[in-house]
Amino acid sequence: MAAPPHRPLLILLAGLLVVASVATLAEAIYEDQVGLADWHQKYIGKVKQAVYHSQKSGRRRVVVLTEENVISSLDLRSGDIFWRHVIDKNDPLDQLSLSLGKYVLTLSSGGTILRAWNLPDGQMIWETNLQTSTASNPQLHVMSNNKVAKDNLVLVSAGRWIYAVSSIDGSISWEKEFSLDGIEIKQVLQSPENGIVYAVGIAGSSKLALYHLSAKTGEVLKDIQESFPGELSGEIVLGSDNVLVALNKARSSLFLIEFNSGRISYNKVHVSDLVQDLSGTFKLQSLSNGVIALQTPSTVSLLKLKNTDGLEVVQRFDQPAALSDALTIAEKDEAFAIVQHMGSQIEFVVKFTSDASSAMIREKVNIDQHRGNVEKVFLNSYIRTDKSHGFRALVVMEDHSLLLIQQGEVVWSREDGLASIVDVTTSELPVEKDGVSVADVEHNLFEWLKGHMLKLKGTLMLANADEVAAIQALRLKSSEKNKMTRDHNGFRKLLIVLTKAGKVIALHTGDGRIIWSNLLPSLRASRFGVMPSALRIYQWQVPHHSVMRENPSVLVVGKSGAESSAPGVFSILDSYSGEELNAMRLDHSVVQIIPLTLKDLSEQRLHLIVDSNSNAHLYPKSPDALDVFLHEMPNLYFYSVDILTNVIRGYSLQKSCNIEGDEYCFSTKELWSIIFPSDSERIAISETRKMNEVVHTQAKTIGDHDVMYKYLSKNLVFVATVSPKAAGDIGSALPEEASLVAYLIDAVTGRVLHRVTHHGAQGPVHAVLSENWVVYHYFNLRAHRFEMAVIEIYDQSRADNKDVMKLILGKHNLSAPITSYARPEVVVKSQSYFFTHSVKAMAVTQTAKGITSKQLLIGTISDQVLALDKRYLDPRRSANPTQQEKEEGIIPLTDSLPIIPQSFVTHSHQVEALRGIVSIPAKLESTTLVFTYGVDLFYTQLAPSRTYDSLTDEFSYALLLITIAVLVAAIIVTWIWSEKKELRDKWR
Amino acid sequence: MAPPRRALLALAALLLLSLSLAAAAFHSDELLLNDDEEFEGLGARPASPSPPAAPAVSSSRRRSADAASAGAGESNAVQFALEHDLGDGKGFVPAGTFSARLKTSAHGTQTLTKLRFTRNELTDDEKDAFKKLLQEDGFYTIRLPSNVLDPTRKDNVVSSIKVRCIPRDSLDEHIVIHMDGVNILAVNYGSVGGCQYPRPMKFPSKWTFSSYTILKTAEQAPRTPSFVDQLLEADNGLGEVIKPPEKSFWAKYWMYIIPLGLIVMNAVTAAANIPEEQAAGQGQPGAQRAPAAAARRR
Repeated sequence: MAAPPHRPLLILLAGLLVVASVATLAEAIYEDQVGLADWHQKYIGKVKQAVYHSQKSGRRRVVVLTEENVISSLDLRSGDIFWRHVIDKNDPLDQLSLSLGKYVLTLSSGGTILRAWNLPDGQMIWETNLQTSTASNPQLHVMSNNKVAKDNLVLVSAGRWIYAVSSIDGSISWEKEFSLDGIEIKQVLQSPENGIVYAVGIAGSSKLALYHLSAKTGEVLKDIQESFPGELSGEIVLGSDNVLVALNKARSSLFLIEFNSGRISYNKVHVSDLVQDLSGTFKLQSLSNGVIALQTPSTVSLLKLKNTDGLEVVQRFDQPAALSDALTIAEKDEAFAIVQHMGSQIEFVVKFTSDASSAMIREKVNIDQHRGNVEKVFLNSYIRTDKSHGFRALVVMEDHSLLLIQQGEVVWSREDGLASIVDVTTSELPVEKDGVSVADVEHNLFEWLKGHMLKLKGTLMLANADEVAAIQALRLKSSEKNKMTRDHNGFRKLLIVLTKAGKVIALHTGDGRIIWSNLLPSLRASRFGVMPSALRIYQWQVPHHSVMRENPSVLVVGKSGAESSAPGVFSILDSYSGEELNAMRLDHSVVQIIPLTLKDLSEQRLHLIVDSNSNAHLYPKSPDALDVFLHEMPNLYFYSVDILTNVIRGYSLQKSCNIEGDEYCFSTKELWSIIFPSDSERIAISETRKMNEVVHTQAKTIGDHDVMYKYLSKNLVFVATVSPKAAGDIGSALPEEASLVAYLIDAVTGRVLHRVTHHGAQGPVHAVLSENWVVYHYFNLRAHRFEMAVIEIYDQSRADNKDVMKLILGKHNLSAPITSYARPEVVVKSQSYFFTHSVKAMAVTQTAKGITSKQLLIGTISDQVLALDKRYLDPRRSANPTQQEKEEGIIPLTDSLPIIPQSFVTHSHQVEALRGIVSIPAKLESTTLVFTYGVDLFYTQLAPSRTYDSLTDEFSYALLLITIAVLVAAIIVTWIWSEKKELRDKWR
Repeated sequence: MAPPRRALLALAALLLLSLSLAAAAFHSDELLLNDDEEFEGLGARPASPSPPAAPAVSSSRRRSADAASAGAGESNAVQFALEHDLGDGKGFVPAGTFSARLKTSAHGTQTLTKLRFTRNELTDDEKDAFKKLLQEDGFYTIRLPSNVLDPTRKDNVVSSIKVRCIPRDSLDEHIVIHMDGVNILAVNYGSVGGCQYPRPMKFPSKWTFSSYTILKTAEQAPRTPSFVDQLLEADNGLGEVIKPPEKSFWAKYWMYIIPLGLIVMNAVTAAANIPEEQAAGQGQPGAQRAPAAAARRR
């Protein structure tokens, strides 16, 4: 009687246990989960200046200044970052120097801000603001061996000013403004005599002025001026102790200017007499002791001064080469380095200025092919074990990477091109091939067993601290997530990034390692000094059905030159190997790139490139692509946003353009235009939906069982304009002058679906458009706070589809084709909320099927990413929601959006100088992959509605197994019991 | 008794409304749309004859009334042209005229009111071009100057539609003009009804335009709600406590009732089984066995 009911009870109990173990899912992650699914990489950018610690300090460190406005201290042994400061883009760093062996001095903002940083830990010691005129090229000069003043003075020259600043506390000891008309100080030199400083300036274009200043007080001791025939270019270097070398404006001749006590004499030398076939721009570099280098993009010539009589060529390098500054080695002897390209190697040559024709060190270093030319060299010396001088050098390559070369080897390298990512796309990994068994991976049985024992200990909570660490390491290494094959959940992908240098790099999402990299030859600077720029990267071929065997490929579009009419560059790369499959130099410019949803027979995506003549060019140029395209052409429209003229225009495509015989070229016809009055509105931002966004449901069921149909048009464009006065920084306009107008526009017909004015609001505006809503962020001048507003747009024309009878009888219009030419009846709901942070970037999570609720990813001013539920930005929130609304999940209205510390996606990390957030759907519906880039990179997985479709990593399989075992045992025991009882009953 | 009275009331209201309208000399052919501000629909009229008398009278009367209050003269009447392109290579040609009145508000901002639109009649050439356009399913494009006061500025806002969307009985068009002061930001040109896809070719029976025009200006965004006062109130205990709405008995206790019901049903069926069992096993030694055990043996 008692036995059978045991079983369902037990099953219920076991089920409860399982549910309980699953239910302990956390919203934020725990401390020990950091780094399991996410990675963070720190970069600094392309180095433009570097100073080494003095040898006496004993620390092997170098301080660098980069083009990403980063100042950083690097370990010379490993290349690791000791400390790093990312300075705001509005405050560009110009100069870097060391003082007293313990301060790093930086000059920024055109010579107006001088800062000192502590060398060991990078803390700021002091900051001084200097009042200078607008200066193009501020100079920083740290006085050495100054016996006059107790503390070392730092001389800052900018425009017509010279400041002397104490390097101990940053106080200004003297300042001097030169009154000569239009003078700009070019050089500040320390005279060999004590207490005298020379300042060399150029006034106008032909007048050279030389001032002798007292180092103690700054008063002018002597003042010499000299006019030159012809104009000076402003480029002026010190040849030797008392000879200046200046370049004239036509860049055809050099002036050798000798200044002796109170007298200036000069001599003119034609460049063409020295160096033949000199083309393009060139620059001068002084190497002291009378050696001067003349650099062009492809050659370097070393010149030697023969007093002031002339110059002679010592040596000429015809390969692209880079030259370091002179480095004082011993009394009066200085060394410099030249690095030049020799095929797959680079040659590292160190010379002394006293004997420039012979080389002291000549080493050949093997180097990765995909690094391009050498751009900069920073030489450093050290004492070898045999007490002789050894040399090492930091080398900056064309792809912005940084290498340390010593003893003919690359000691370390940093891939700092990743600090300047331009665009990101993703690629699937190859499908796992048959025949790769587990045994290959886990070849060592003992290791394998040990690992599993450790894991078992961990799950049973028997492990001590060391073992926990070992488990953590094992988890990280275990490699499920780092495999080079596609996984079931779609977590493993390749992130293919395009950097500013024109390098394409593929990163593995598992741990962020570089799978391949390729510096595109078509995007490299040519000999003629034309600077190509990389624009965008797109998926070119994503193989599916018929071409399953082929590798996917990506398309990189660039243009060869800065101006808009520069011809475009096309490059197609294999996503798995990085090989360049095809490179094209287009015969038209690239103004707009439109990836189409169409594909040709070989699954190549069709792309339209619009040139500056408003002609559209179709790629790939294959007949079947043309067939597919022509079939869809009447339904293709595109639009362009012209920020300069404040106009948005829509176009359709027409049969052929004026170019004869080019059937892949189409002319365009302007269909609509919206002209914003330039005296009251200026386009701040335009945003569209992501092309690959998936929307799961067209309708939204609200609390009272009513249905609202979302207006889901792929052609929706959000445009925000601000009043011109309010286009500047916050505070530059009064609330009465500022306004922000938000538009929702249909891009096919140019119809303005909604238009709303926010008075007293100003930019910067950030916006994100997804499904049927747009969220935008701006500053409210009246409330002195940032605001986020949401607009949701619903389709009213389908609102009467709620009748079930109609649905059954097929009289609804849900399946009727929707055309943009029909007048839409839309209803708009909007609401705005205060938000504490200012925003650097905004994105929205994307999932595979669009079922999972959305989160906004907000890059905050502190360079972190905040995940904010879209539910908080629901326009239907009200102060006292009804019961029905509460059931629907509407949060009571608050005036500001909550910032929950646990919802920072980046947890403790900062993605310095955050620029972009990309969300990539995984195959698993609940999960999305988030990649954030700036100077740093950060990657993580997010589950906006928690992982409802998979078990988490923390799922206790042991507990499940134990439960099952107990259950089985219980079943057996109860069965035996019941059998016995039955037997007993039978015998009764 | 009630419905007829309501109908009577409604009729009376309608009458009153029409009377008041008549008194203000408004037209009766207004298009009643809920989202527009200033509109007046006018059918296409021949361009050559002078404009019909009634609107002219009304406008002049209004003008004089306005002039008395604002002190402005005739200068604040504005006219601007609508041009269209029939895709016949001739480019944009005038196709109609908008006339409106410029109202200067106290702040000095100028807005347009009383917009009227007169369409030129299509010439035979234009009809042919229109037919050709219909056959090839081309675009019918219109444009307006971007500033109504300064027609010398060469900026034009453009709008197009697939021409096959327009013809119904006559040529029906719907023009929405988005204004910002005296600037025309955008014009949206469309058909009056929907436009089905695929678009069938259909010639209109009447070659006249019936036009509906709407002027739109920007909406004001509502102020962001601020709850600082309410929060203070709540702190002081002044905020009234909202009682949760009463739930029905079923809504409260369904989770208890359903299992109870199941158990009762189970018991009933078990009870029904016991007599049956007893009846079947009468006279046998195992008659007093538990029913469940018996069930298993079966």
